[in-house]
Amino acid sequence: MFEQFKTRAEGVSAEVHRFTTEAEALAFLVDFLRTEGVADAPGQYAVVADCPFLQSIDRQQLEEVAGLWLEVTRDRAAAAKVGISQMDWALADTGTLVQDASAIDKRLVSSLPIIHVALIATSGLLPDMPAWLSEAHPETAGYLAMITGPSRTADIERVLTIGVHGPERLIIVFVDQLGGTN
Amino acid sequence: MQQDFKQSIDRALNNANLTGALGKFSEAYKVNRAKAYEGIDFEELRGKIASVKGYAASHLEELSRQFKENAEAKGAKVFCTKDPAQVREYILKVAKEAGVKSIVKSKSMATEEIHLNSYLEKAGIEVGETDLGEWIIQLAGQTPSHMVMPAIHMTKEEVSDLFSKEIDERLSSDIPRLVKVARNELRPKFLKADMGISGGNMACADTGSIVLVTNEGNARLVTSLPKIHIALVGIEKLVAHFSDIAPILKALPRSATAQLLTSYVSIITGPTLNSDGSMKDLHIILMDNRRSEMAADPIFKEAMQCIRCASCLNVCPIFRLVGGHVFGKVYTGGIGTILTAWYDELKSSEDIQGLCIQCGACKDVCPAKIDIPALIMEIRRRLVQKEGVPMLQKSIYAVVNNRRLFHGMLRAASIAGKPFSRGTKFIRHLPMFLADLTDGRSLPAIASKPFRDVFKTITQPKNLKEKAVFYGGCLIDFAYPEMGEALVKILNKAGVEVLFPEGQTCCGAPARYNGAYEVAAQNAEDNIQALLAERADYVVSACPTCTVALDHEFIATFESLGRKKYLPQARELAAKTIDFSTLVKKLVDEGRLSFKEGQHLGKITYHDSCHLKRTLHAEQSPRQLLQKAGYELSEMFECDICCGMGGSYSLKLPEISAPILQRKLKNIKDTGAPMVAMDCPGCVMQIRGGMDQLEGAPVRVQHTVELLAAQLKG
Ligand code: SF4
Ligand code: SF4
Repeated sequence: MFEQFKTRAEGVSAEVHRFTTEAEALAFLVDFLRTEGVADAPGQYAVVADCPFLQSIDRQQLEEVAGLWLEVTRDRAAAAKVGISQMDWALADTGTLVQDASAIDKRLVSSLPIIHVALIATSGLLPDMPAWLSEAHPETAGYLAMITGPSRTADIERVLTIGVHGPERLIIVFVDQLGGTN
Repeated sequence: MQQDFKQSIDRALNNANLTGALGKFSEAYKVNRAKAYEGIDFEELRGKIASVKGYAASHLEELSRQFKENAEAKGAKVFCTKDPAQVREYILKVAKEAGVKSIVKSKSMATEEIHLNSYLEKAGIEVGETDLGEWIIQLAGQTPSHMVMPAIHMTKEEVSDLFSKEIDERLSSDIPRLVKVARNELRPKFLKADMGISGGNMACADTGSIVLVTNEGNARLVTSLPKIHIALVGIEKLVAHFSDIAPILKALPRSATAQLLTSYVSIITGPTLNSDGSMKDLHIILMDNRRSEMAADPIFKEAMQCIRCASCLNVCPIFRLVGGHVFGKVYTGGIGTILTAWYDELKSSEDIQGLCIQCGACKDVCPAKIDIPALIMEIRRRLVQKEGVPMLQKSIYAVVNNRRLFHGMLRAASIAGKPFSRGTKFIRHLPMFLADLTDGRSLPAIASKPFRDVFKTITQPKNLKEKAVFYGGCLIDFAYPEMGEALVKILNKAGVEVLFPEGQTCCGAPARYNGAYEVAAQNAEDNIQALLAERADYVVSACPTCTVALDHEFIATFESLGRKKYLPQARELAAKTIDFSTLVKKLVDEGRLSFKEGQHLGKITYHDSCHLKRTLHAEQSPRQLLQKAGYELSEMFECDICCGMGGSYSLKLPEISAPILQRKLKNIKDTGAPMVAMDCPGCVMQIRGGMDQLEGAPVRVQHTVELLAAQLKG
């Protein structure tokens, strides 16, 4: 399933990575933020929505990144370059991530910044939409969000252009041993 | 036809940007759509959608009530109304009470339908469209020309002019740069807006959820940033169960934009907390605006299945020529014609219904299984019922139905050299589909002897074991009797005797396609009597339009008029009716007919006639037969796109028919084949007439029947 997911997601311009442990994923993340020039300046922040991943890692490594905020506000998210959140499911046949996004923070970090980093437990992989629909509970989740690749438009002369109102890059990070989800 | 309507067609046709861009788009769309549907059983999928949406359409009241209950239990406020005015007032009231100064909107055709923006702006509220296409047309002060891509009619240069004016800076027409400008300009509007207005692609009754399907990410912002969210949802978006969204989510992105899934799908069930900790004020408006009347109509309820994917526009040969604005201000294309007739009023569709050439391309791709051309025909029928058949047309039908007189007049006119003299109006409009008024197409010579007379001079072998009644149809009878002769020759060779009942008359298609169902019904009765009087194994025709009439439309015409008397006979006739190529294929397969062996007849290309392919689904038989006879088949680009004939269409809208024909001619020529075959005498007339006027080596245009007759063994 992972391979299918990766092919589909890359087919819609997402970037897909996979790590065995949370520590490896964290190391990747810290390095990524540095490469992207995250800094304590408007436009260069990183914002992280609360998620199980945060609970089980050595948070200090993240907190040491200047300009990274664990308390998300609208203004910070609007001035962030990178937003990080954890997704709940991944649908292999379309390369789609699905999240209970009822908490507004999760939507702010995945819709306002230029780059969205989406963490996902490999165990959250499902074959397709019908499989997810049979597990979904809209009655207990006010806002369910599906994300398939970065924001796009073809409204000017039907030329595909990435990054309109949402992120122009979607970085998907699978973690095999990620506890506490689902 | 209204003068300004004709003018808007002219404007569209003369807009090279428009027709060029739409043409390119529709070519690419076809390929991409097919790719997106790879490995998917489309028939099964659209069967599911039709049943899910069909169920909802027949349980609107119950589902609306259930939706309201469930959404309200989750904390949303649900307002149901029939009246667009009440929708506008409701929204304004909510806005006023909350002191709303600015609103951001994501794409919603329902708000276009009720002209919400101008209403709110008049009340002093700033309304910003945020979908890129919608924003572009808002800046341009225009209306959407396409349901999915509202600004598809504009070039990047036009967009850069608009944006330059808006931000007061000279911009180049670099598209990624223009998109950036939109992002930067709209971002502050999102952040400051007090209210977000969205549409809804689906509304699930059992959970009270609304589902939004988008690509740009603006709907996520519209529904998340402002503290008030109003979703305006037409009641045709209701589905009974949450799980019903699966087939729609599978088809909608594939059909709309050839994506497996759009970038974003949001499922909203009740309000959630805003970023300042307050609760979102969520309103959902279920709007009827004549939808329940539509659902109660036994014929038009099918249109309630529409999921607004716009693929019917993308494949329509007319839309790709004239674009959306010719159709009107809100809903465009084939389905737009139907929606306009209802949401607006029947009268509003009077001109635009005539744009449909009845080619059936849209029906083939519609993921909601809507027979769009049939519904447009029903609009025609109702218009005629309401307003009557124009006098002129009536007298034409009288002539068409009198075979001898019709042939005589056509013959006289064709001998006169300048057919259909311009002197008298009557003559000029006479020959419904034998018109000379188009540029770029020559009229066929009218045969000196109609087939009905030629037939009497043919001696058929004695004691043949089967009998087939041949239904000629106007064109073979009057213009191409040689096609009829070829047919007799082939069938005789296979041991089938051909009968030609004299009482047969016009198949009624011209009347029916013009909404004159009473006339068509009379034609049907006359033909049924004539064709069933002889005991025969088959009723065969070499004109797909006639075959479709015999096989489907007699029944449909009787049914829609509620005439029961001849229904059983109509069914009997339908069961016996078979098109020429399918019959011949069968005879060949049975070993009763064979072609000369070892023939190398060279390259040929094949044009699919609309009715043969899309109603009779018989496109393979002629191809296989031609190859068996020794031709080497070389497929043309867009082999199954209409040639622009469409019966009297080429007469009424020659300015549209002509460019469609030119495109077909080019596709034929590009194959390099010296010959093109087809199964319809109407297409032969159109394409032969076009080739005739073309420079360079002409391509021979033949009906399959003649080509096969020349290659029979023995
Ligand atoms: S039948 Fe053909 S012409 Fe008519 S709306 Fe459909 S695609 Fe267009
Ligand atoms: S009629 Fe069919 S093809 Fe056209 S928009 Fe509706 S669902 Fe799509």
